[in-house]
Amino acid sequence: MPMNPTRKRRLVIVTLVVAAAALAVALGVYALQQNMNYLLTPSQVQSGQAGSYKTFRLGGMVKGGSIQRDKDSLKVTFTVVDADGAMPVEYTGILPDLFRDNQSVIATGHMDSAHFVATEVLAKHDETYMPKELKDAMAKAHGNKKMPQGVDQGDAGQGGAQ
Amino acid sequence: MIPELGQLALILALLLALAQSILPIIGAWRGNRAMMAVARPAAFAQGFFVVLAFVLLVWAFLRFDFSVQYVAENSNLALPWYYRIAAVWGAHEGSMLLWIFILNVWTLALATFSRQLPEPFVARVLGVLGLIAVGFLAFILFTSDPFGRLLPMPADGGDLNPVLQDPGMTFHPPVIYMGYVGFSVAFAFSIAALLGGELEQAWVRWARPWTNIAWAFLTCGIVAGSWWAYAELGWGGWWFWDPVENASFMPWLVGTALIHAQAVTEKRGSLRAWTILLSIFAFSLSLLGTFLVRSGVLTSVHSFASDPRRGLFILCFLVIVVGGSLLLYALRAPKVAGGKPFAVVSRESAILVGNLMFTVAAAMVLLGTLFPLIGDALNLGKISVGPPYFGLMFPLLMLPIVLLLPFGPYLRWGKGEVPVLKRVMARAGLAAVACAIIAAFLVDGQMKAIAGVAAAVWVAVGVALYVIKRWREMPRGRRYPAEMAGMLFAHAGVAVFLIGVLLSESLSVTRDVRMAPGDVQRIGGYAFRFDGVTETQGPNWRADQGTVTVTLNDKPIAVMHPQKRIYTREQVQTESAIDPGITRDLYVALGEPMDAQHIDGAWALRLYSKPFIRWLWAGGLLMMLGGFVAAGDRRFRVRRVANAQDNATPDKVTAREVRA
Repeated sequence: MPMNPTRKRRLVIVTLVVAAAALAVALGVYALQQNMNYLLTPSQVQSGQAGSYKTFRLGGMVKGGSIQRDKDSLKVTFTVVDADGAMPVEYTGILPDLFRDNQSVIATGHMDSAHFVATEVLAKHDETYMPKELKDAMAKAHGNKKMPQGVDQGDAGQGGAQ
Repeated sequence: MIPELGQLALILALLLALAQSILPIIGAWRGNRAMMAVARPAAFAQGFFVVLAFVLLVWAFLRFDFSVQYVAENSNLALPWYYRIAAVWGAHEGSMLLWIFILNVWTLALATFSRQLPEPFVARVLGVLGLIAVGFLAFILFTSDPFGRLLPMPADGGDLNPVLQDPGMTFHPPVIYMGYVGFSVAFAFSIAALLGGELEQAWVRWARPWTNIAWAFLTCGIVAGSWWAYAELGWGGWWFWDPVENASFMPWLVGTALIHAQAVTEKRGSLRAWTILLSIFAFSLSLLGTFLVRSGVLTSVHSFASDPRRGLFILCFLVIVVGGSLLLYALRAPKVAGGKPFAVVSRESAILVGNLMFTVAAAMVLLGTLFPLIGDALNLGKISVGPPYFGLMFPLLMLPIVLLLPFGPYLRWGKGEVPVLKRVMARAGLAAVACAIIAAFLVDGQMKAIAGVAAAVWVAVGVALYVIKRWREMPRGRRYPAEMAGMLFAHAGVAVFLIGVLLSESLSVTRDVRMAPGDVQRIGGYAFRFDGVTETQGPNWRADQGTVTVTLNDKPIAVMHPQKRIYTREQVQTESAIDPGITRDLYVALGEPMDAQHIDGAWALRLYSKPFIRWLWAGGLLMMLGGFVAAGDRRFRVRRVANAQDNATPDKVTAREVRA
């Protein structure tokens, strides 16, 4: 079928648009895959679910009394817990305003042998509120067991964040 | 008694909104003038009651009426009066009331200034705005009543979220809502056009300033929000790709596409269906943005604890608005399509490419923002999408726009002249390359910074060349009509913004350090000396206040006082200290004491030097200015009167006449 100029131009335009769209989608999918961060709780990590992820987010509660500061740098270590797991975390930098004992926290980072090295620590919410996604993740990790409020109430007394 | 009055006002407003929406739309359909005539008075009456309700809530805050639960939760006796007014929109219920209040401001303006338009069209436009009001008023009354009582009345209230206690935050929400809600006008126009089955160029001309003003407000709101994140969230970033920032950014991207598409439709009659579709998208994304922020579906700094009833209502409302308007579009859009054909090299094509990029960028942001919900629904686990996704995709999508931008004004409608474009390309390209080479020496070969300088010069020279051309070729007084001046301002804003973003991103130096009193840290030529922490107090907070003395070549530049505030309910808030400058900001934030018992000991501090960061907000403000200036063009007003006269012989180009 002979092509008149208009039709030819349209074909060129359509081809270009389709190619551009395909490129954009491919790039988008790639970028998305590279930057998807899963949220896992300590017990999920300990059962090996973090194995395949380079970077992921660790969510849980800061164990009372576990915050340890380094003497002469900004390095700080603490333990993140959920109902049946605990994970030591190492972080160098300034902690968020709401970070303290027995608070929910989400740390982004990677595993280094048995402990988690965080590059970012978030504790955005006030004391009565737990991020919904964290609550769900914790509920899921424990087969919808009620999220324990008093995992670490035993040592909350000696925690003394303030 | 007064809160109940507020509730009553909202109920009456809902009834009036029903009258404002249903009767005029039926009237316009059946050609019943009496029913169409209901639109204006009903709009004014609804406006009266909504304003009344809003004023009553403000009054309750000013009078410390803690018997109102919302007031008790968001203010207390120590809160200064200006923050008590800001507290009206400090949480979910009040911000919904602010939304409907602003919708009524727009509706009233529209009802007042629309007398020249044909009656059925105005009836439909006001009807559609009425329907939106019905949705929001019902949402407020059934799920989010700001006037609910709290008994027994507490002696003192809670507190406004400390991050909101900042001068910038008092006007950020109203301004951003002016933008969000302003897109409802373009939306109502499009729906009215679809309902009526025709879209006159004159109506688009009339809608343009409204869209421009809404867009300018949204731009201003986003700039204010970014500034607030920088100064108030305490950690020096200006954009985090947080769901809530994305929520305001998506309508902005689509709105930017829309104001350009409207120009094409108004001047050439082309891209009608696309313009209508963009108006629907812009408003739908505004709605999504409003709800995303407040519903708590996504974890974000702005979200509040959620209420399942609200989520369901929101979902239904969104489905009705988005689904309904898209269905209407599918049924009626072919009827309004049309316009003049255009060549590949033409202003229409350039705008279309830009439009596609903006829309794809909005889709990209939408995907990244909603991905956690998608992952949840598909049972992929708890996923979030990191900022690098946006950081990679967005510049790539914006690159074609930046490259095309200098040519925009030179391109003719219909068919552009290639030699002129080549000349512009040679000059702007040469300038960009020259400046990039100079910059390469100054910035140590930082690629991002060099690219920023090149891109900014490319855009700026393009704009400047056009300014000079107009100056030479046109007689005085006709050189820069407001519409064109607005475009030039906004495009120059892009250049300024590019400098700000790329230079500050690539040349910033951040240092998280542990400092004892007397310690000195050096960044570039600046020496930061930490002089210890003392205690201080404000109206409703106490704080540890640090003192940092900055010197440059041993000459003192600034004494900075970063604070760590503790508000009434023990909420902690970091107040950073900023020493502003045109070529750099110095920024100090106080972390935590290394030893909680001895606040006069060592502290964690964050020190920043941020070159050219102010330019990115300046660029945003220039874009905003462009939007307002363009909206003030006389053409939008003068022709309207002319149209009112020749309404009998309209210049409409309907589908039948153009398309075969």
